Amino acid sequence: MDLVLFLTFAIIAVVCGLSMALQRHPVASALSLIGVMVSLAVLYVLLGAEFIAAAQLVVYSGAIMVLFIFVIMLLNAGAEKTTHKAGLAHFMGIPLLLLLLAVSTWVITKSTLAGKMVKFGAFSGGGPREVGWELFTRYVLPFEVTSILILIAIAGAVRLADRELD
Amino acid sequence: MDFLLVSIIKMLIIAPALLATLAYIVWVERKVIAHVQLRVGPYFVGPHGLLQPIADAVKLLTKEDFIPSGVNHFFYWLAPWLGLMFAVTGIAVIPFGPVVEIFGVKTNLGLADLNIGLLWILGLAGMGVYGIALAGWSSNNKYALLGGLRSSAQMISYELPMALALAAPLLLSNSLNLREVVNTQEGFVFGFIPNWNLFTGFQIVGFVAYMICGFAETNRIPFDLPEAENELVAGFHSEYSSMKFAAFFMAEYCNMVIVCSVATALFLGGWHPIVPEAISPLVPTALFALFGVTLLYHGMNPGRPSDRKTFPVFGVIILAIAAIFMAPYIGPIVTPLFWFLGKVGFLLFFFIWVRATLPRFRYDQLMKIAWLFLFPVSLINLLLTAFGVTFLGK
Repeated sequence: MDLVLFLTFAIIAVVCGLSMALQRHPVASALSLIGVMVSLAVLYVLLGAEFIAAAQLVVYSGAIMVLFIFVIMLLNAGAEKTTHKAGLAHFMGIPLLLLLLAVSTWVITKSTLAGKMVKFGAFSGGGPREVGWELFTRYVLPFEVTSILILIAIAGAVRLADRELD
Repeated sequence: MDFLLVSIIKMLIIAPALLATLAYIVWVERKVIAHVQLRVGPYFVGPHGLLQPIADAVKLLTKEDFIPSGVNHFFYWLAPWLGLMFAVTGIAVIPFGPVVEIFGVKTNLGLADLNIGLLWILGLAGMGVYGIALAGWSSNNKYALLGGLRSSAQMISYELPMALALAAPLLLSNSLNLREVVNTQEGFVFGFIPNWNLFTGFQIVGFVAYMICGFAETNRIPFDLPEAENELVAGFHSEYSSMKFAAFFMAEYCNMVIVCSVATALFLGGWHPIVPEAISPLVPTALFALFGVTLLYHGMNPGRPSDRKTFPVFGVIILAIAAIFMAPYIGPIVTPLFWFLGKVGFLLFFFIWVRATLPRFRYDQLMKIAWLFLFPVSLINLLLTAFGVTFLGK
């Protein structure tokens, strides 16, 4: 059952990912990205990280992508067109993509311990209580630094919008 | 018994019940608004228009499914079903009643028992915007697009105070699982005040803020700017007809049911009765018995000739329902259900009541209420609740 669900949603995630890159229309791309995020949320649930899955739904697919869609709709962006300047992307795109895949595969195989496979249902520390505890004890410094970073970003955005209004 | 089998049986009960409820909320809404405005409302299809929802369903199913030119076909088709899917999935984590034993199987009344129940609902509420936004965008109509944009902006703005208002009762109950939140609200203080978060948790401000956000999240009057008909025709669903239109309609009513259920579970003690546990089954029995006896009395002294036949039949049915609450095995199962559904029903009536009473806000007023009033109020409420929980205990 776990394996069937994993394969289903892994395939959906990959297909949506490809579709995001290949679609010409921005709304279609954004929706594909939402598909990727929802499938990833299901994979998180399968791994026992319910809270991360819910956060994925609430934050990424529920808030951030809504803003993306909102902006695309507001600007009424049309389908993309290829221009002559895209020549560099034509020649360099696929080799660079392969390079990226190779590097990330290498890093992932190096960083995870060999012979230690991930098992479905083996991890049970993904509830809100456990995540919250870890967040406010072990990872409190990165957590607070991120908060301050976001605060600075908000202040900057308000400042920029304020100057436009004047 | 097998977990999967029990879940499938529960789904087969809850899904049709939900759809029937959605159909009949429309009937209740039309009736209530009609009576507020001194009209009679639907009257001709069945007794007191009771079969009107079925007539509406037949009409919507058989209507031409018109697709205007220049629409983006895939998204035009996808949008209503996406909206409906995110709306109905929320019912999965709503706890309707306590753990009961039916045919020797112990099970809880409700579909899923997630420990992230409330986050699931918030996630779905956030995703629900896509249905409306895509509908507005793909319709190739400026009014629909404006409606979709308004709706996205409105839902993003109101999600924030809504989540903050919901966080306060969670602090009191120390859990995200809706079933556990309801369980912590059992019992009474001083023997007569129910131990609900609304009363003993001092969450009246949070409750009011949440309900206001609920109106905005479900696009109801006084916040139905996305479908303001005197500015935008019908807003995001201007170009939709037949079953696709019905899907939007059902999604809106389903969202209403979810909002009211969450309010009941978090603030109003879920299935816990407002009267002491010992006399809790007596209340529904007395109410239904009174109703049945009234019907029988009017059947004996009919105002219209047809009442002589119909009123006694309905009176006996209502009396039979009254007897069910006192029955030995079924009584303990249906009494919590009565309390839960009664509270949800009252809140739904409140939604309809407001629709019959208030006019629509202007768009800038709508945004001002969210950011300058509701947001600080829920934030202060959350802060005070946090201080209270820390220094006083619950």
